[in-house]
Amino acid sequence: MKAFSELFTRIDQTASTNEKVDALADYFAQAEEQDAIWAVAVLSGRRPKRTVKTSELWNWSGELSGLPEWLQAESYHIVGDLAETISLMLPVNKTFSNYSLHEVIESLIALGSKDEEARKSYITGMWAALSTQELFVFNKFITGSFRVGVSDKIVIKALAKHFKIEENVVAHRLSGGWEAQGNSLPSLLSSDSANNDISRPYPFYLAYPLEAEPESLGDVSEWIIERKYDGIRGQIIVRNQELFIWSRGEDLLTEKFSEFHSLVHILPNGTVIDGEILPRKENCYLPFHVMQTRIGRKNVTKKSLQEAPLVMVCYDLPELDGIDIRHLSLEERRNKLEILLENLQTDNPDLPLHISPVVFCKNWDEAASERLRARETFSEGLMLKRKNSEYKTGRRRGDWWKWKVDPLTIDGVLLYAQRGHGRRADLYTDYTFAVWDGEELVPFCKAYSGLTDKEMLSVDNWIKKNTLDKFGPVRSVTPELVFEIGFEGINPSPRHKSGVALRFPRILRRRLDKSAKDANTKTDLMELLNIYRFDNAE
Amino acid sequence: MQKPLLSFDDYGIYCAAADVYIDPWKPVKKAIITHAHSDHARWGMGFYLAHEHAIPVMKYRLGEDIKTQSLKYGEEIIMNGVKISLHPAGHIWGSAQVRLEYKGEVWVVSGDYKLQADGISVPFEPIKCNSFITESTFGLPIYNFPETQEVHEEINAWWQTNREEGKNSVLLAYSLGKAQRVMAHLDPSIGNIYTHGAVHNINEIYEAHIGPLPEALRIDSSVNRKEIKGAMIIAPPSAISTPWMRSFSPYKWAICSGWMQLRGTRRRRGADRGFIMSDHADWDQLNTAVLATGAENVYVTHGYKSIYAKWLNSNYGLNATEVETLYTGEALEETAEIETTESKPDESI
Ligand SMILES: [Zn+2]
Ligand SMILES: [Zn+2]
Repeated sequence: MKAFSELFTRIDQTASTNEKVDALADYFAQAEEQDAIWAVAVLSGRRPKRTVKTSELWNWSGELSGLPEWLQAESYHIVGDLAETISLMLPVNKTFSNYSLHEVIESLIALGSKDEEARKSYITGMWAALSTQELFVFNKFITGSFRVGVSDKIVIKALAKHFKIEENVVAHRLSGGWEAQGNSLPSLLSSDSANNDISRPYPFYLAYPLEAEPESLGDVSEWIIERKYDGIRGQIIVRNQELFIWSRGEDLLTEKFSEFHSLVHILPNGTVIDGEILPRKENCYLPFHVMQTRIGRKNVTKKSLQEAPLVMVCYDLPELDGIDIRHLSLEERRNKLEILLENLQTDNPDLPLHISPVVFCKNWDEAASERLRARETFSEGLMLKRKNSEYKTGRRRGDWWKWKVDPLTIDGVLLYAQRGHGRRADLYTDYTFAVWDGEELVPFCKAYSGLTDKEMLSVDNWIKKNTLDKFGPVRSVTPELVFEIGFEGINPSPRHKSGVALRFPRILRRRLDKSAKDANTKTDLMELLNIYRFDNAE
Repeated sequence: MQKPLLSFDDYGIYCAAADVYIDPWKPVKKAIITHAHSDHARWGMGFYLAHEHAIPVMKYRLGEDIKTQSLKYGEEIIMNGVKISLHPAGHIWGSAQVRLEYKGEVWVVSGDYKLQADGISVPFEPIKCNSFITESTFGLPIYNFPETQEVHEEINAWWQTNREEGKNSVLLAYSLGKAQRVMAHLDPSIGNIYTHGAVHNINEIYEAHIGPLPEALRIDSSVNRKEIKGAMIIAPPSAISTPWMRSFSPYKWAICSGWMQLRGTRRRRGADRGFIMSDHADWDQLNTAVLATGAENVYVTHGYKSIYAKWLNSNYGLNATEVETLYTGEALEETAEIETTESKPDESI
């Protein structure tokens, strides 16, 4: 536990990838086998199931600190992280006990079958025995994912360095589902096929956003251009007569997507296809939100299956005939993918696998105008992939780019302001914006990022002087300031007064040139909605 | 009922009986200044009364021609029958609490303060009063600052490690107060120390009036950057990600601030290290200070004012109210600094 929390502190105190890798490699060199595999598990997001409730943590830590509930809540609001808040409010210990990492995590897992009294005595006992540094790590184990500035890439690099195995191989063996308990890194990483989980996906190769002019990428003929659809990135795997569907977040979604279940008989064994899972209706691919409700649901209704069945828009083929072909060029992989899908299609006309259409462009100008057609095609823009590119691991610059269209914008009036977090706790930095609905202003979105510190200070000053009313941390202000809000998408939402919900809204700039009456209207929002969204029947 | 001795208006904290403002944020005829930080000592007052060690900094920042009167700690003056004296606030060198007494009623305006001894300023002294005005920059139970000595040792160890790796160490600290506090505790046997011009100017004032600091070279065009190796460079927070800072490559950089207690704040700044060190009071210090005054009325200014006032009310049964001011507390960017320089009218026109 001590070694792990020191590792955590070392990682946390540097922004350099190399130093993080070194810190991890040092840790692997000295850690016990059982601890090392748990370290990899928690750092790559494989947290054990939670066994202690948030309310219990608040109650027990409140008893120890003597602080009232409202003050705990205010503190949490400022810190923004439950584990950290509790570790900062607990009394500081003077003497510490030593526990091994696997012992602590396995004890936490075992709490699942214990009653409240036993859980309380274990947790409060640990709180009284750990150093401040360990307390935070311990609380993180209890409460949430342990994504602490260590990407999978860093863990993979460190393991590759320590065990002297190629990074690609480590990445592959580490992906998918595996258990830490009773396991060890040498056995997880060994090539021993008995240990090779057939469900394992390849680490996804991710594109960077294109910021430079596309001309800087060289000749357009060296690139494959596709539409960037707004679906769920996934890998469909058939191995040993079994089907697995993984999302990019490495969730196994096989059960949820019944449209693909027949593929287990159709796809040859040893096939892994990478693509975008989307609902399709009347020859159109629909955007993500149409299916969002389906993901959460246990049972999918017949109706929704008929209305918008899922398909995969396939763009890559990391494995064929049981052979990892990621080192081949994209052009070759895509060729094989096209042949595979064409052959399957002849026997299965309703195959839910479609080849991702190539957008042919003679030059970058043509590509630029295709990109602008994004909204008519219900896509977010274009993907640019170098024809000779390998299938790499994680987010890499150079060969794959996403070239999205500019965000939609609307001018809104500042209506409410709320205090920020941390060092901004004394500043009003979280804003709610409204548009006109006749004579009335209706709120349509919240946004908090996008202003420079200086602008934020001046807006904060203005808010303090123009407050109409205070309720808790929120103030309503004179409707006067206008801001341009950018967003990625717009969906109908009967729950909101404005009738819409925006995706990823953010402040683009303050419109000093506009007064409140010049802001946009609810009608404008509805027009944007009609242009952008696809009207699903429900 | 008698009118309270102090009131809060659009200009600042006002004592009508003496016709004087304390730390006003708009120009007034007469001002008492708790300390020389730019959100407390602002431009444009007709007359400034402050501690003798605060005045040289104020003259440097606000102009040699400002009208001033200096006081020592404990020295008493009378204005229109109001007894006024300054007492150590422990915030930075030359910082003071203002005690005002009139017809048996005592008020203390504490400005900014801390109870931790920093080794360079006269430590905070609790003053008995009826009404106490306190800041609340770190007025939440999540703020518990480590022992100062521990942090100084961490800083020296960090410097040593960076030096061994062939890197410079850039430490960002407020030019007034924090920079001298850090400098005074550096171990000069580790390597050379350099200072940013803004820090160097304040250091010179400190050395002229208070005492020596470890030897440090001012960074200007005469300094060959290639010769700076394994050195400690002290700079104000405004140096973050400037070409000036990058010119010390290879280097590591750290921020010295109470906000570094929160992991998120540190990470958002992208600093290699965050040293938890503040010239403000943490949660325990605030509570200790407030209780030690014996005041029944407490006015809570800049910081988590409503939360802290509520705590004082509900936990200690004090009559605590939050007060809106334009003080900025411990900013991470010295934004306050920039603001006041800009609001100063251009005198050349
Ligand atoms: Zn100050
Ligand atoms: Zn202040």
